[in-house]
Amino acid sequence: MTETAPDDSTAAADPLLRISDITIEYRTGRRRWTPAVRGVSLHVEPGEFVSLVGESGSGKTTLVQGALGLLPAAARIRAGTIAYSGVDVTGWNDRRLALVRGNYVGFIPQDPNTALNPVKKIGQQVIEAVRFNQPRSNKAAQYREAALSSLRTAGLTDPERVFQQYPHELSGGMKQRALIAIALAGQPKIIIADEPTSALDVTVQKVILDHLIRLQDDLGIGILLVTHDLGVALDRSDRLLVMRDGEVVEQGPVRQVLTQPANDYTRRLLDAAPARHHGRLEPATGVRTVAADAPVALRAHALTKTYQLRGRRPHRELRALDAADLLVRAGTTHAIVGESGAGKSTLASILVGFTTADHGTVQVGDRELTSLRHTQLRELRRDLQFVFQNPFTSLDPRFPVSRIIAEPLHAFRLLPGKQQRRARVVELLRSVALDESYLDRLPSQLSGGQRQRVAIARALALNPRILVLDEAVSALDVSVQAQILQLLVDLQAELGLSYVFVTHDLGVVRLIADDVTVMQDGVVVETGEVEQVFHAPQHAYTRQLLAAMPGTRLAADAR
Amino acid sequence: MLRYIALKVGRALFVVWAAFTLTFVLLFVLPANPVDLLFDPAEINTVPPEVREQVAANYGFNKPVSLQYLDRLGHALVGDFGNSVQSGRPVTTAILGVLPSTLVLAAGALVLALLIAFVIALVATATRHTWVRNLVEALPSAAVSVPVFLSGILILQVFSFRLGWFPAFGDDGLASLVLPLITLAIPVAGPIAQLLVRSFGTEFHSGYVTTSWAKGATRGRIIIGDVFRNASLPALTIAGITFGNLIAGSVITETVFARRGIGRMTQNAINTLDVPLVQGIVVLVAVSFALINLIVDLIYPLLDPRLRATLAAPGAPAA
Repeated sequence: MTETAPDDSTAAADPLLRISDITIEYRTGRRRWTPAVRGVSLHVEPGEFVSLVGESGSGKTTLVQGALGLLPAAARIRAGTIAYSGVDVTGWNDRRLALVRGNYVGFIPQDPNTALNPVKKIGQQVIEAVRFNQPRSNKAAQYREAALSSLRTAGLTDPERVFQQYPHELSGGMKQRALIAIALAGQPKIIIADEPTSALDVTVQKVILDHLIRLQDDLGIGILLVTHDLGVALDRSDRLLVMRDGEVVEQGPVRQVLTQPANDYTRRLLDAAPARHHGRLEPATGVRTVAADAPVALRAHALTKTYQLRGRRPHRELRALDAADLLVRAGTTHAIVGESGAGKSTLASILVGFTTADHGTVQVGDRELTSLRHTQLRELRRDLQFVFQNPFTSLDPRFPVSRIIAEPLHAFRLLPGKQQRRARVVELLRSVALDESYLDRLPSQLSGGQRQRVAIARALALNPRILVLDEAVSALDVSVQAQILQLLVDLQAELGLSYVFVTHDLGVVRLIADDVTVMQDGVVVETGEVEQVFHAPQHAYTRQLLAAMPGTRLAADAR
Repeated sequence: MLRYIALKVGRALFVVWAAFTLTFVLLFVLPANPVDLLFDPAEINTVPPEVREQVAANYGFNKPVSLQYLDRLGHALVGDFGNSVQSGRPVTTAILGVLPSTLVLAAGALVLALLIAFVIALVATATRHTWVRNLVEALPSAAVSVPVFLSGILILQVFSFRLGWFPAFGDDGLASLVLPLITLAIPVAGPIAQLLVRSFGTEFHSGYVTTSWAKGATRGRIIIGDVFRNASLPALTIAGITFGNLIAGSVITETVFARRGIGRMTQNAINTLDVPLVQGIVVLVAVSFALINLIVDLIYPLLDPRLRATLAAPGAPAA
């Protein structure tokens, strides 16, 4: 075998990428290896858009790393082959694989915020990608021209300006476009994209994915998209593979997977996808009724918060929240939805008194929160609890579950007896569908879903009337997310709770909320009942958000 | 940008002023009678009171403390720390006479330490063999755990007495500089190397490195072109701090190798209780320390465009 990159002359009939029966293992002990990918085969034909769907831990990223020859040192390919256009590259060393990467296969990484070198200008980073793959032509002007045209192809409207900028001067979407430009710079035949839009806002995600489709059509390249989002995969791909625990459990054309899923797990994934559902989740106990004239649980009026940006004069300000109103009816869920920078988290933290507003008032029941002093605010916390976004950081890693849940009881000196307190903790655990066996476990011994359940149990410990949940299901896999949402709905029916549910995901809003408030740049642009807002959006931004929601094929199929 | 520079310069000035004030308090205020410090402890009882008064008047000890302080501060501002008790020469002249040889030693040792540290970090990052990495990563802690007086004597034994490659002491020419440099550089190379190994390792597994792999870059290219600059930034800060330690460390090195320099002079000044000289040394060391750190602070924005941006335009992205 010679040291050349595969080209199309080798065999036109071979697919761009064929992975056959591959097994990848991680070293987990001195002589122990644990497989992360087991006997997976896949292929991508020219001009084909293939999606690889799986939840966290399914082995999809390991598979992609294997295909690119970028496995971490602790992993190895145990069996199977990887071939690009019929050329078997399995076991090639770095130097030879470097000729394939960039040149033949382009890669779009997951998080555009970390994937660009912070101290180099964008232009230089794209030029490198051009230069590595055309070492013979050595005119600087040619490189520059190729890099600029690559940036243009990636959909950047002002490539000359971006060329001179550093990564931190660009928005997330523009960074991802720069990364697409880098992937395209070597003129590859196939592009592998690993969760390319997971770190981006939904409207940006739509634009980027649409652009990938256009590239596939215009340049005739093959695309392998790795994603956790079934809706995204179904909307764009020609063919779909579903991975679970290192194995492909389902594959086929999109229509087939959608209408006749052969595998049970696929069916569950499809059912768990928020886009599948029309209305709100119903509690397990039965149909829930909310009186139209339910009393007001929480009311915020004209909340304004301005951050001073540090630096020279003239002092610049960031208006994180601009005269935002919010009204939460007792026993209902009010969702606050918006993209990053919309001010929704600022609003949530003002509601519970973590942050103080510059102007405006918050009323809980008949008490006004904004004028309370520290001790009174603390007393109010018993009625108003908060669930954080990330269950991996919001639980003390050294506390056992029993102590985590008992913490609020401690803080307020409730139930001083050891027996009583333990009984309450067990009761709380039961209410979030966990049992006593979890009492002595540490957070590290729990899965993401179990952690979030513990966090919810902790929030419920003081019998609050209102829960503020900040992106409480965003860090969870879709099937776990569905369980937690169902739990929240059940708890609400049982305990008569009111929720303020902050999220960026419109699909989740539809599942759980009665009312919704749409925010953009610190301003409330629309508020109303979910059905009404979703079916007859008044504001252009709401329409834009709804249009960008992935899962249209899923939703269409469910009708 | 100007604000940043003003802030850093202000901080440097504060450090020097604080060093001056602290030594003033320690040397001139706290001792019950500072005049006593000016005489040999053995002869102190035989000194006639008139002489003591005469000396006190000479040094201004009979004036109120605040006046003494302002007087000394005023003189110090124009570089006058009084005369050395022992030699009678002006303190500033005495110090400036030996300062260059110490600075050359410290700066040389710093450069050598950085070289050693970078070689260790580069080898540890670049190697594909786990055992090489483990071996190289063990070197820094070994370097730290050997004290200077021991390694100095060891190096002297081998290279000077056994092999006779370099002179054992004295300060004439480059050859006499080699052994002190190595002795001084090895222990400070340890912490810098540890920091660099860690930051090279972190950066080597960061997102933009994956992007570079995907571009088709080779391992060497990634380490030199991408990792090096990002991973080196933390070393800059620690290099500044290390420089101060090196000047302090020169006390031992200069004693072991019998070299002229601040270290030797400090030792003598303390032994003979030469109060004005001690104060002059402390303040001048503080000046050079503050100056080095000021330079480091001012270089930082040149190397990191993110820092430059937050300084130039206060457009810090808010949460």
